[in-house]
Amino acid sequence: MYRTIVGSRIRSQLAYRTSFWLNVVTSVAVGIVEFIELYVILANVPVFGGLNLPQAALVFALANTGFALAELVFGQLDTMPTYLRLGRLEVMLVRPMPLMLQLITSDFQLRRLGRLAISVVIIIVVLPNLHLDYTPATIYLLVITPVVGAAIYAAFFATAGGLQFFLINGAEFTAAFVYGGSYAGQLPGSVLIPPVRVLFTFVFPATVTAYLPALLIMGLAGPKYLPAWLGWFAPLFAAWAWLLAWLAWRAGTRRFTGAGG
Amino acid sequence: MGEPIIALENLHRTFTVRQKVGRVRRKTRVVHAVDGITASIAAGEAVGYIGANGAGKSTTIKMLTGILVPTSGRVRTCGYNPVPQRRLLAREIGVVFGQRSQLWWDLPLRDSFRILAAIHRMQSLDAESRTAQLVDHLGLAHLLDVPVRQLSLGERMRGEVAAALVHRPRLLVLDEPTIGLDMISKERLRHFLLAERAESGTTLLLTTHDMGDIERLCERVLVVDRGRLVFDGTLSSLAARVALQRVLVVDLPEPTPNLQVPAATHIGSELDGQRQRLAFSPQQTTAARVLADVTAMTEVIDLTLEEPAIEDIVRTLYGVG
Repeated sequence: MYRTIVGSRIRSQLAYRTSFWLNVVTSVAVGIVEFIELYVILANVPVFGGLNLPQAALVFALANTGFALAELVFGQLDTMPTYLRLGRLEVMLVRPMPLMLQLITSDFQLRRLGRLAISVVIIIVVLPNLHLDYTPATIYLLVITPVVGAAIYAAFFATAGGLQFFLINGAEFTAAFVYGGSYAGQLPGSVLIPPVRVLFTFVFPATVTAYLPALLIMGLAGPKYLPAWLGWFAPLFAAWAWLLAWLAWRAGTRRFTGAGG
Repeated sequence: MGEPIIALENLHRTFTVRQKVGRVRRKTRVVHAVDGITASIAAGEAVGYIGANGAGKSTTIKMLTGILVPTSGRVRTCGYNPVPQRRLLAREIGVVFGQRSQLWWDLPLRDSFRILAAIHRMQSLDAESRTAQLVDHLGLAHLLDVPVRQLSLGERMRGEVAAALVHRPRLLVLDEPTIGLDMISKERLRHFLLAERAESGTTLLLTTHDMGDIERLCERVLVVDRGRLVFDGTLSSLAARVALQRVLVVDLPEPTPNLQVPAATHIGSELDGQRQRLAFSPQQTTAARVLADVTAMTEVIDLTLEEPAIEDIVRTLYGVG
């Protein structure tokens, strides 16, 4: 069933080739610009939040990989305000398929692969410069971090989606919440002021998507309130993020159907 | 006859509306969108559900299709409790919202049908033969490869109806299916729905503003006003209580005294009789016969035919009852 749906989405995008490639190029360009931002900072100051350029680049690229994967699947929840306004959700509710699955398959955007590609390239370029010991633990962390990161960012998308039911035209809110969270995740967590650091770790675990596991990979200790060993618990943080998302989504859909929040 | 396909028991739905009063104060007001509706529809019936804008039609439809939970009362559709058993119910019903598309706007119709068949987990052979049948009956063959956004309203609406019927639902709910359509598209859709019902025995629930839809398609009519049911009976018993009269408006070349035509009543003249209005009952005569009688007396420059307005019907029901 999902193959049929996603397959037809992909075919429809490939049907308009110029538009498709323009979108891919834009998505790649956005990734590059964001990286240049980081590069400019570190070209002027040698150390940013306790990390040098290759180290900060690893954090940036790991966070971006996770985010790109999450956006590929859940990015569609961005358009919830439009769906709500046009009454498209009513149509989805009379189909025998969970609402969330219909939303995420409603527009599967291949162009988002551009961002993923950039992040993977940065990781490949940066790794030799870090002179790491490739112990099983390091390899485990390198593999699991983008996956867990994707799960956490996906939970952000879903949380924002659930909250849309309570907001009038909440596109800005989604942007602030989801993209703000991803920005916090790309930075070395030590540059965030302590309250923000705690917020984006223990409530919305953005720093867990890259910074904390990267500290473990590079064998560094963490700043105050953010010890590196927390990075081992990334899957638990992801589970917490999904619990929040589930609650927000359930409250949202119950409000929509008038079942009480 | 077994369990009714739709059973509504003292159904209520209220909404709370917050209004600003003054600068900071807010007042909440409770709106009774549906205010105690009890009705039962048996399998195989064709029922028209009519009422003015804001009378509670859409709210009722949402409650019985699993989109909205009733505030109180009971609703069963196809034996299910709609909202908690939404996905089971969705396999049994087809819904067309005249104002909202269920098709994928950037994909060809063919893909929309394929996706819907997949969502309903139909066997591919079964899905193909069913789609082919619908495409044939609705005359969609030449439109299958056109992206939905390029279809005209009439074409799209035929696509919508086909999409709602792909999984062979037992109950078809149409919410304003003919809104905005021209006469030919309307007639084509009605013709298809009649044939489909004759063939598959699908139960039909239809909301509309067009009495023509009701007269062509429905045996039974429910009239709702301000959340309450004010009439539930056959179309002919509705016709007996309120005059479902058509009005033929004719424009004449020069001022003419009031026209006297058999089986029609002169109800008004404008511009010294250059425009005249003749009411007639479709049970007694036809528009063509009235027009023929008029043209026998004088030349006709232009004409329009007015259908009875739902609002007038509701008003008359109050006047009589």
